[in-house]
Amino acid sequence: MSELQLVQILSPEGELLTDPEYPLEISTEEIRALYRDLVMVRRFDVEATALQRQGELGLWAQSLGQEAAQVGSGRALIPGDYAFPTYREHGVAWAKGVPPEKLLGMYRGINHGGWNPHDNDFHLYTLVIGSQTLHATGYAMGIQRDKSNNAVIAYFGDGATSQGDVNEAFTFASVYHAPVVFFCQNNQWAISQPIESQTKVALYKRAAGFGFPGVRVDGNDVLAVLAVTRVALARARAGEGPTLIEAFTYRMGAHTTSDDPSRYRLAQELEEWKLKDPIARVKSYLTRSGLANEDFFADIEKEAEAMASKLRGDIIDAEDPYVEAIFDHVYAEPHPILEAEKNAYINYLESFAEGDMK
Amino acid sequence: MITIGKAINMGLRRALTEDPKVLVMGEDVGKLGGVFRVTENLQSEFGEDRIIDTPLAESGILGTAIGLALRGYRPVCEIQFDGFVYPAFDQITSQLAKMHSRSLGTLKLPVVVRIPYGGGIGAVEHHSESNETYFAHTAGLRVVTCSNPNDAYWMIQQAIQSDDPVIFFEPKRRYWDKAEIDEAAPSLGLHETRTVQEGNDLTLISYGPTVRTAIEVAAVCAKEGRSVEVMDLRTLSPLDLAPVFESAQKTGRVVILHEAPTFLGLGAEIASQITEECFYSLDAPVLRVGGFNVPYPPARLEEHYLPDLDRTLDAIDRAFAF
Repeated sequence: MSELQLVQILSPEGELLTDPEYPLEISTEEIRALYRDLVMVRRFDVEATALQRQGELGLWAQSLGQEAAQVGSGRALIPGDYAFPTYREHGVAWAKGVPPEKLLGMYRGINHGGWNPHDNDFHLYTLVIGSQTLHATGYAMGIQRDKSNNAVIAYFGDGATSQGDVNEAFTFASVYHAPVVFFCQNNQWAISQPIESQTKVALYKRAAGFGFPGVRVDGNDVLAVLAVTRVALARARAGEGPTLIEAFTYRMGAHTTSDDPSRYRLAQELEEWKLKDPIARVKSYLTRSGLANEDFFADIEKEAEAMASKLRGDIIDAEDPYVEAIFDHVYAEPHPILEAEKNAYINYLESFAEGDMK
Repeated sequence: MITIGKAINMGLRRALTEDPKVLVMGEDVGKLGGVFRVTENLQSEFGEDRIIDTPLAESGILGTAIGLALRGYRPVCEIQFDGFVYPAFDQITSQLAKMHSRSLGTLKLPVVVRIPYGGGIGAVEHHSESNETYFAHTAGLRVVTCSNPNDAYWMIQQAIQSDDPVIFFEPKRRYWDKAEIDEAAPSLGLHETRTVQEGNDLTLISYGPTVRTAIEVAAVCAKEGRSVEVMDLRTLSPLDLAPVFESAQKTGRVVILHEAPTFLGLGAEIASQITEECFYSLDAPVLRVGGFNVPYPPARLEEHYLPDLDRTLDAIDRAFAF
């Protein structure tokens, strides 16, 4: 991986480039909207991190630095396209319209999921690494059988590419030509393990062995990610099967708020990646091209602050789950043993005359 | 007269006919019809899109079945042999079992996992295991097993109709047992224990492949003047123990028979519950007859491992000795 070849449309300095393979038709308004997305997603992540530090969340998995990979791919989806995230795809959730406060439920310990995936075609966060890539492939096989004109996108990280499930998902998707895009955010680190401990070849090249195309895109370039993902989704919809996209990016934060990257990586590395920041380059482009003025940026900052403030209120005011929720929904159909356990426990709680055990 | 294997085939065929969302998927289930021929001729009738020959990857089968279920399908997965289910363990226990709960009830996962299980066919390693307890111990799954053709025919259809994931254990050494089936209507629901034959002196509880053993045991006991009530659990999760308690209170003696290791097996749970519910009715401790706490032995030793007629009679003698 000495020579880094990747698709790039917006350079880190904010210069607009062209890639003949990935022509991007995009209006100024759309670019301005993407900028807004990036800022909102980063502000959301900053607020969630602060909420964890203040004890309002048990844990948080930061998306800092990966906003372009997530927003660019998320905005390439059309209604009906289904996304299967890991636990870090806050930017995709944003693009899909999932209410931001819903993403915090499991990190606060209110629930293990907390949104209806079918409302926004955005599946629940999956914590077992790589498992969701098979769900995505199966969902795509369903789309195929329905003869629907939609596609699926499966998110996973560089570490997940070592998992059997991801390789099985590649196999199933390939042999069935399933309309699924495998979107790998290579953020260089799987907790403490660098990409070199997962693979000896560039990740995008693995696709060749499974019989479908792989492409590496600058994951901090929202325009390139959008263009590349659009092409992959179009291929999927046309019945040409899966594509592997390796979005080359960087986990600027810790793995989660429980992690301490200073134990295993150099601060210098982060400083180098800060120069490739996904938001700065869009701002630079918009400013230099005269497509946005100070008011535009200030308005978005204001909107982001308001969103963060609402998020904070929403999560602090969020009600704790009721005790019966332990038992509810374990099964879709009646289950006499759970009913008995639930009733026995409720009776036990009610046996405390004065105490409010709930 | 229909075999258990054929009865499951007929049940699948009927489910596929009645609901276009039902799919069958697994290794060699299509052209070959499965290594036990349980899915024979289904692909030629319902096509490759519905009877899916999959790549050789159990986690892949279960993981994609979950995705298909999320899209509104009702996949019936075949795991070729009991010992090959473990590569799919995460997908079954952490994904399939928990998704309805994690989604607060918004996602339905009507996936059936068929597993031919148990020994007695002289097979090589990993082809003779009784691993039902792993799944019965996992909240979110339903676990059932059939012991005869009529149950096989109806229970597979009931399992497919369930909106919860169902692990469907098939007693592979009994695949060729024959009996009449009643295609008009099922005699019991999916989660009901059956009293196979009534008796007054001892309750013998079993399920799956050892139900036939239990019936043979009862016949020998009858000649010795002991009246044995035989029960077929049918449902392993949730257990339906009300009729078991009733029987234990009547007979005062209970023996539980299964192929799985007795250590932490279904028998341990049932014995515990009977003790809690029927303590003052018991004339003897609840005894268990089952596999040893060892890896399933090589075929030439399996007759020593499998609980048979004599070991069950021995346990019954011990129960009467109290």
